[in-house]
Amino acid sequence: MERNMEEEFPVIQIIDKEGRYVDGTYKNEISQELVQRFYRQLVCMRTFDQKAINLQRQGRLGTYPGFEGQEAAQVGSALALEEDDWMFPTYRDHAASITFGRSYNILSSWNGRIEGNLPPEGKNIVPPSVPIATQLPLATGVAMANKYKGSNQAVIVYFGDGATSEGDFHEGLNFASVYQAPVVFFNQNNRYAISVPVWKQMNSETIAQKSLAYDIPGRRIDGNDVLAVYFETKKALEQARNGGGPTLIEAVTWRYGAHTTADDPTKYRNQKEENEKHRQNDPILRLELFMKAYGYWDENWKDRIKDEIKKEIDNAVKGLESMPPPDINDIYDYMFEKPTWTIEQQKQEYINHWRGEMKC
Amino acid sequence: MLTKIKTNKLTPIQAITDGLRTMLKEREEVIVLGEDVGVNGGVFRATDGLQEEFGESRVFDTPLSEAGIIGTSIGMAMNGMLPVAEIQFLGFIYPAYEQIMTHATRMRYRTKGRFTVPMVIRAPYGAGVRAPEIHSDSMEALFTHMPGIKVVCPSNPYDAKGLLISAIEDPDPVLFLEPLKLYRAFRDEVPEEKYKVELGKGKLIQEGEDVTIIAWGAMIPVAMQAAKQAEEKGITCDVIDLRTLYPIDKDIIAKSMQKTGRTVIVHEAPATGGLGNDIISIINDTSFLYMKSPIERVTGADVHVPFWALEEHNIPTPARVMDAIHKVIDF
Repeated sequence: MERNMEEEFPVIQIIDKEGRYVDGTYKNEISQELVQRFYRQLVCMRTFDQKAINLQRQGRLGTYPGFEGQEAAQVGSALALEEDDWMFPTYRDHAASITFGRSYNILSSWNGRIEGNLPPEGKNIVPPSVPIATQLPLATGVAMANKYKGSNQAVIVYFGDGATSEGDFHEGLNFASVYQAPVVFFNQNNRYAISVPVWKQMNSETIAQKSLAYDIPGRRIDGNDVLAVYFETKKALEQARNGGGPTLIEAVTWRYGAHTTADDPTKYRNQKEENEKHRQNDPILRLELFMKAYGYWDENWKDRIKDEIKKEIDNAVKGLESMPPPDINDIYDYMFEKPTWTIEQQKQEYINHWRGEMKC
Repeated sequence: MLTKIKTNKLTPIQAITDGLRTMLKEREEVIVLGEDVGVNGGVFRATDGLQEEFGESRVFDTPLSEAGIIGTSIGMAMNGMLPVAEIQFLGFIYPAYEQIMTHATRMRYRTKGRFTVPMVIRAPYGAGVRAPEIHSDSMEALFTHMPGIKVVCPSNPYDAKGLLISAIEDPDPVLFLEPLKLYRAFRDEVPEEKYKVELGKGKLIQEGEDVTIIAWGAMIPVAMQAAKQAEEKGITCDVIDLRTLYPIDKDIIAKSMQKTGRTVIVHEAPATGGLGNDIISIINDTSFLYMKSPIERVTGADVHVPFWALEEHNIPTPARVMDAIHKVIDF
């Protein structure tokens, strides 16, 4: 008999599109404080993303990959982490990175600044891996070391639907499964790898079902339901911490915008029609409906946080635009702990030339 | 007062095992991983007995997956470990090339040292043992060209242990190339205790006046035989064992070249883009006015290592090195 993977891996929800409970398991853990925290961060991240796109359009930021529509998947999963856990985000995961502790200065990487790659001291947030899926084996390795050291830290690694076609996806998951490494593989299935839809990417119905091959838990969750994302990710992280090994999570979501500001999605999909449909399923709208339905909503609070967020983002942009000029030593000084003689010599030769030019 | 250092007569591969054992004993962050390195002790027996001695958490078999071995080793190194990963043959490293190029060599650079990758990749390399296809590659220049990784290649047991210990203690990635043809070719005295051979330093292994021969790894015995034949004809040679291929010891090259004025470079790898060209550049930069003749290279052709029935035609031989010596002398 043919197996139906969409039935075997049903989309897990806690609240539905209308913001109503469909699963009350975590009801007791859901407080005003928690949902307000989610809501504030979702709105904050969308504001940040819109700001970044505007900056790019005004020529104040380089090419930028927007994440609008994916806020719940990123914010919910990042909030599920413990402070000293490890995060391997992709370049589209600024919401996850910022939620977990990166500063808004992450944006400066799109202006060609290395500062945009640097987490705060003590935070294990690795800069995005540019080649797709190559971060998965690294995350597994970090988790293997955690296990070896008897550390309680878990690892979360993000990747998109396109990444599942890469060999590194298999290698990362297989090693994690073999060594029962404490790592959560968090897939955001936004249905498109630039222009290629997921149904051309693979012949499988779901990404979650790929967990069967590694004999690890697989979960398919509604990536636009921040509560489902948060609690399912938390559960997977706890399991990892307690020796239960890795989990593959597929968070089904949608990116409203282009792959990056250099991409035109109207070439490969009907943006208007698709987005009209997906706006009905918006992660922020859904949480708002939920808060209103269950007495967590406060209009004054919403106005207040919107003002706060605007100020925060405006300050972030000021920070971005008042960075000191880049340090030319950064070109040479971090290849090795101590530069080799070739690099030392090349640096001196270039700096002498450069200083000479500046005098002209 | 001299205290006698206890030594053992070891083959190059036994010296590598000894180096691994020394570091496994000394630092618990050191782990050894790769295909068949556990119970089997490695296909060449480089890790023989280590799993038994240090346990399965320190010395372990991995799935058959070069990118997985290197990728997870990078992660472990970022998180406080000192992994020593074995790639069974250098010719099998290509699936892991992306991990090395994208992450191992770039992590310190792109995070200003916030995350670093102190790992060693060990790989047997080179032709001359009648191995099947792909088992005989010596593509060291693919890695010396790559920014952010040191490349080391010992030619004898003493250097093998001392360089391996330096590589493991180095704060950055090191590719450790093992000339498989020499694994059991001879024995030499190797101190039992821990010692280091500094990375980036070549060694003058024979002194002469007329020609400088520069080689490394499995080409050292070839260079030495040629030097001996030359001596019979009254030509004496400096022979430099480069030992580290990145960064190259330019001082030892310049010093010798400025004495002899004539250089022959020997390597197995293809000529174009090969390391010989970088050595020529170093001589050009440091010793141009000392040159008495053009520099000669004796290398593999720009071909893949031939099927083994023909491989001897593509590996530099003492006779070919002798031809080059005559050329630089007769110029």
